[in-house]
Amino acid sequence: MKILVCISKSPDTTSKIAFVDQNTKFDENGVQYIINPYDEWYALVRALEIKETLGGDVTVITVGPIADDAIIRKALAIGADDAVRIDADPTDAYYTAVQIAEYAKSNNFDLVLTGKETINYNGSQVAGMIAESLNMPFVSLASKLDVNGSTLTLEREIVGGLQVVEVSLPAVVSCAKGMAEQRIPNMRGIMAARTKPLQVVAPVSVELLTTYVNYTMPNAKSSCKMIDPMNMDELVALLHNEAKVI
Amino acid sequence: MSVLVYINSNSGLHKSALETVSYGKKLGGNLTVITSGSADDSSLATLGKYGANKVLVDRSIQGNDDQQLTQLIASAADSVGATTIIFSHDLTAKAVAPRLSVRLKAGLISGAIELPAADGTVKVNVFSGKAFGSVKVNSSVKIISLLPNSFQPEENGNNCAVESFSSNASSSLIKVLSTKKPEGEIPLPEAELVVSAGRGMKGPENWGMVEDLATALGAATACSRPVADIGWRPHHEHVGQTGVAIRPNLYIAIGISGAIQHLAGVNGSKVIVVINTDAEAPFFKAADYGILGDAFEVLPRLTEAVKKFKVSGQ
Ligand SMILES: Cc1cc2nc3c(=O)[nH]c(=O)nc-3n(C[C@H](O)[C@H](O)[C@H](O)COP(=O)(O)OP(=O)(O)OC[C@H]3O[C@@H](n4cnc5c(N)ncnc54)[C@H](O)[C@@H]3O)c2cc1C
Repeated sequence: MKILVCISKSPDTTSKIAFVDQNTKFDENGVQYIINPYDEWYALVRALEIKETLGGDVTVITVGPIADDAIIRKALAIGADDAVRIDADPTDAYYTAVQIAEYAKSNNFDLVLTGKETINYNGSQVAGMIAESLNMPFVSLASKLDVNGSTLTLEREIVGGLQVVEVSLPAVVSCAKGMAEQRIPNMRGIMAARTKPLQVVAPVSVELLTTYVNYTMPNAKSSCKMIDPMNMDELVALLHNEAKVI
Repeated sequence: MSVLVYINSNSGLHKSALETVSYGKKLGGNLTVITSGSADDSSLATLGKYGANKVLVDRSIQGNDDQQLTQLIASAADSVGATTIIFSHDLTAKAVAPRLSVRLKAGLISGAIELPAADGTVKVNVFSGKAFGSVKVNSSVKIISLLPNSFQPEENGNNCAVESFSSNASSSLIKVLSTKKPEGEIPLPEAELVVSAGRGMKGPENWGMVEDLATALGAATACSRPVADIGWRPHHEHVGQTGVAIRPNLYIAIGISGAIQHLAGVNGSKVIVVINTDAEAPFFKAADYGILGDAFEVLPRLTEAVKKFKVSGQ
């Protein structure tokens, strides 16, 4: 079974979010990048578990500049067999998805996995776009994935419920909580990652469908009004009369 | 200008459907709604009151197959010459809108929280709600996926016509084996009032108190990540940067410290109430109302106060 796992970098969850160049660019100063948690904890680890029971290969792919080799090496240390970096800035979701789909087309993967969204742009766009570009079925937000021959059985969240579905390979799946548990790379993995193949591929030319023009920060809350814990009638009255939310 | 709004009517008309139709109306031009499933004509016709000029329905499509729905919306967009297509940013949109974006080569704006600005850019949540981005679409057709609870439905028109529509979608490649729908629960992303609790509640056996308050308010329940991780509460209640991002009118946080990753998913809430024993808990800095006290004592008192308020109506 050949599995392609799409990984994205995202700022460490404790990063201070700020913008530069008249609020048109994310301020990377002092920001530590990690593998987007959904990609790492769920997509990558589940792919490795499948490989461990059924055999096969796990390739990780990212669209990004050379600095992203650091997160790729981490994915290799966790256990991926090889890696591909499309050498371009992942400027918008469409651009990114087409790059990955182009690579996938010429390499016949049985299964393409992504995280359910990135924690920086939160678009949930790339996986569905890859599926459409490859004309494959797409199971979004799966929290469980089992392989039986050439069929997948999945559990996924839908509007107002949970669904169990079956789909034939090849397919694209976006992975959510519940699918696997985070793995911490060990020393042997980290050493092995240094010599695993990392292929750098030139991007294809793709138009940008969207542009982030600028960014703003939410207004800071004015000070918090403290309420006497003995007097919950006062809180209820404030929520009704002042905040007008009940 | 022609606006097409896709709504999910599989289990009746949700508030999110009314939000997207009202939003589409504000964009101006002719507004068509496209849907599938088994909702009856008379309920679909009421979408006219929120601004729809016409509702198209394809009853041959049941369920939520992403390829069928992509085909449905693409053919409706073609038939009405849509220049803007609108979704509610729910789980169906997350599967279908990206496919449609590729099919139509139409730029997709996910998680919109406002109407387009004068320059055409649309504001979205980024960094899990820690900031906003203004996004511009470069293609002639654009797709906007509107975050639930970001736009108030407005009712002022009359019923509209409902016509059947055929998209000739091929059969689904995804076989549904079973569907579980929790009874009577308010789906968290759509809830206007949310009662949420963290590790401060000490154990799952103490959640009765949290549920009592939620029931009294008519609120949905949520929790912090460790609480879902240890299995005290189901995963779908986990809010925050790596859980669900929500923006209810009222978020009550009980025994939650307010870590940056938790705040990311909830700081779009209109009003935040924090109940915590630790005056230094970071959550107080993000709160509108704070109660420094023991949840085990405060919660029953608050629930009683809410019940009293509901009975008296003031
Ligand atoms: C990559 C990453 C992603 C993460 N994503 C998320 C996420 O999406 N969502 C999330 O929630 N967390 C997330 N976290 C975890 C986060 O950092 C915090 O650890 C977590 O939110 C803490 O949960 P808590 O507030 O319930 O528990 P604690 O931090 O243990 O806080 C418990 C609070 O309860 C109070 N308390 C104790 N007893 C009482 C009482 N009797 N009455 C009232 N108050 C009481 C305490 O004062 C304390 O403030 C993430 C962490 C990482 C590293």
